[in-house]
Amino acid sequence: MARFQGADAFGAPSDELSLLPFNFERTGTEQFLVSNMVGDFLRLTEDEIDRLIDLRLNPGDGLYEKAYASHLITGRNQMAQRQVLAMRLRSRMSFLRQVTPLHIFVVTLRCEHSCPYCQVSRQSTDRSRFDMSEQIAERALNIAFDSQAARIKIEFQGGEPLLNFELIKTIVSAAKLKSGATGKAVDFVIASNLALLDDTVLAFCKSHGVLLSTSLDGPADLHNKNRPRPGNNSHELAVSGIRRAKEALGPDRVGALMTTTEASLDRVDEIIDEYLRLGLDGIFLRPLSPFGFAIKTKQFQRYDAQNWLAFYERGLRRVLEINRQGTPFREFYAALILTRMLTDKPIGYVDLRSPAGVGIGALVYNYDGSVFASDEGRMLAEMGDNAFRLGHVNDNDYRSLVLSDRLIDSISNSLTQCAPECSTCVFESHCGADPVYHHATQGDDLGIKPLSEFCARQKGIMHLLLDILAKSPDDAAILRRWAAA
Amino acid sequence: MTLPLFGTAALCQGFDSAHARSVVRLQSSGLGAARNESDFVIVRTPEEMRRVVAQGNNSIFIINDSPNDILSTEAFSGRAIGLSSQFAYLAEGDVIGIHNPSRKFRTLFRRNSRHNSFLVTERCNNYCLMCSQPPKDIDDHWILDEIRRSLPLLDKATPTLTFTGGEPLSDWTDFISVLAECRDQLPRTAVQVLTNGRAFSRSEIVDAWRELNHPSLIAAIPVYSAVDHVHDYVVQAKGAFDETILGILKLKDRGQRVEVRIVLHAQTAPALLQTCRWLARNLPFVDHVALMGLENTGFAIANEDLLWIDPVDYRDDLAAGVDTLSAAGVNVSVYNLQRCVLHRSVWPHAVQSISDWKNGYVKDCNSCTEKPRCSGFFTSGRPRQSRGIAAIL
Repeated sequence: MARFQGADAFGAPSDELSLLPFNFERTGTEQFLVSNMVGDFLRLTEDEIDRLIDLRLNPGDGLYEKAYASHLITGRNQMAQRQVLAMRLRSRMSFLRQVTPLHIFVVTLRCEHSCPYCQVSRQSTDRSRFDMSEQIAERALNIAFDSQAARIKIEFQGGEPLLNFELIKTIVSAAKLKSGATGKAVDFVIASNLALLDDTVLAFCKSHGVLLSTSLDGPADLHNKNRPRPGNNSHELAVSGIRRAKEALGPDRVGALMTTTEASLDRVDEIIDEYLRLGLDGIFLRPLSPFGFAIKTKQFQRYDAQNWLAFYERGLRRVLEINRQGTPFREFYAALILTRMLTDKPIGYVDLRSPAGVGIGALVYNYDGSVFASDEGRMLAEMGDNAFRLGHVNDNDYRSLVLSDRLIDSISNSLTQCAPECSTCVFESHCGADPVYHHATQGDDLGIKPLSEFCARQKGIMHLLLDILAKSPDDAAILRRWAAA
Repeated sequence: MTLPLFGTAALCQGFDSAHARSVVRLQSSGLGAARNESDFVIVRTPEEMRRVVAQGNNSIFIINDSPNDILSTEAFSGRAIGLSSQFAYLAEGDVIGIHNPSRKFRTLFRRNSRHNSFLVTERCNNYCLMCSQPPKDIDDHWILDEIRRSLPLLDKATPTLTFTGGEPLSDWTDFISVLAECRDQLPRTAVQVLTNGRAFSRSEIVDAWRELNHPSLIAAIPVYSAVDHVHDYVVQAKGAFDETILGILKLKDRGQRVEVRIVLHAQTAPALLQTCRWLARNLPFVDHVALMGLENTGFAIANEDLLWIDPVDYRDDLAAGVDTLSAAGVNVSVYNLQRCVLHRSVWPHAVQSISDWKNGYVKDCNSCTEKPRCSGFFTSGRPRQSRGIAAIL
């Protein structure tokens, strides 16, 4: 029998080791948070990170094993870890294979609500000026079907899109015909306040598989304060709309979104309980965006990232408490981030990805035929800033829109993978570029990240999630389930 | 109970001296004349001998402690093999391989078993500390030839077949041609190949594997650690970890099925949770992960001091590892470990994995309510028992 060799015969001397790319951030006097190329986290002490960077580590010393298993070091002649990282990165970024899966049709800018935080600057005047025409819609549809994605989603927005329900019906039937002819699958969603929801609309949604997405800001007094309309009954109409839609279309065919105003800040528990009361399976805690009336009415400046993060943390902890008490209920933004942190599923969420989702994630066809790179881009235009207007359905085709210099500049200038602050950020793998936000707030697609509230919010949420994962086993188990779902 | 699967025949006569090795299938005596050249009719008694000879059979397989006495009850000039009653388990449809001059034989296939495996070679480029089949650097190409001759004789309804070694891909072109034969002869049989996976780091080998287009083929590959030197030490081959992981990636990249196996012992169990987390995070797309209790035989006995760990001492990490893999959507099973040493959360994953011919239970098991679902113990080698063994009442 040949002799067996001892464990020390199989260790690599450190001059055969090499570092793999990683990012890190100091989290305490002696503590660092480290993430590898695909965003797996580990915590190291200052001494450990110093030794790692100098490659002063040896098989059996514990640090070697931690660093190797986390893909921070590899053997110079080894291939497997680099291939594992390449494969995982390829999986994480493969959302890029589906180019422009989302197409937003602003079928009208009219609305019967008059919300002071409105991000799109709704209009209440005459139909002819602010409704999309059939001819514009047809051209927009042609562009949408020229995009490369195998499956597209058409989202009807406003104003209040149900004010132009006739055009929605026209677009849905035309899109279905095109889908049959081209083999490109198509889904539909109407983003509506549901105030105008009736049996005709419900029957249409049911027969065409159309999803409904609505706004619900919380309990009646808060919702109605945020979302004024004649009769002061926005909440009542939204709630009854959600109930009727769930009944007619199925519990998973209607979703609700909330917007956080200053008045919401100390009421997060009530807001969440309102969602729970309505039998919704989760909530998406969203901050206000710096667009449209939100700027004009100074709503946007009423709270900063720290106020919002405090609100978010209280909310997330309330959601976790609900889960611990036995009711499955998710906070959707946390679920999104966790899926990116704990899996390599390709998440192309249009507002949190790099390359940015502008144009290549979504196109917006405004009522007048202007085409924008994102919903926020058309909101900016309503304020007189046409920076993200890519063209017009009468003058452009799909190719010329997504290959426009303006769009390519915006995407390439804002890549987190090579941006100052972002490229070395420990959270880079799970974050995204938001050129429209940074253009709106700093006049620059890239932006100075230490001054960016977007950056402060992302970092705050990710620190919070990592903290819960590390310190609260019961809550961590709940969070892990969200990522696996 | 341990079935003897090899031995020396008491009798082997009438074979064409041009072929040193024969592959033989057994046929019940009640079925009349032998079906073809490879079929030998089973004879256990003088009465059977008389009947079989009267039917004109000239290939007989005697199972009796005095095979020569049986043979001499009739004037017989055909081919005859005689084994002692130790091998009385052999029955209709079973296949053996025999070396005629030395009369040494091995049971190759038992039709009524769910655990049929072919040893492909004893050669291996790993030299695992716990190897149950210690490798030998010898010329054993004849084994592949014997397998090739066996395949047409196997029951077409055989549900599963395992190829093991040594490293089956030691002569990869020959072995892959045997797999092609297997695919053609036994299209409904699921095939599992126990390999160290290193060969798949070479693209031409993975490509040949894929081109088999086998309807149900899986490569079962051990990964003992998330860390290179630990795996390399366990398999006693520097650079093995890199090749094995690369091999798994290349198989999956080509849409091939892969099972990852971790044998649990004192060199692997302490970092089991880290290994499971690593698998869940880096290779969640493998088709199955098997966490396996150690079979205390072969090299495992020689290295017992390095390897023995009481399963009770890693049960917590095992439960956490199973949970981590399940949460990541990985299909995970626990092999060879008794339910009384496992957390209940692991029970749904614990399967009766030990091959029937070397599977047994101890006295404590008699009163245990979980016995019908428990893996029981290996009877092979030098079985060693956990201090946690106790009937579940």
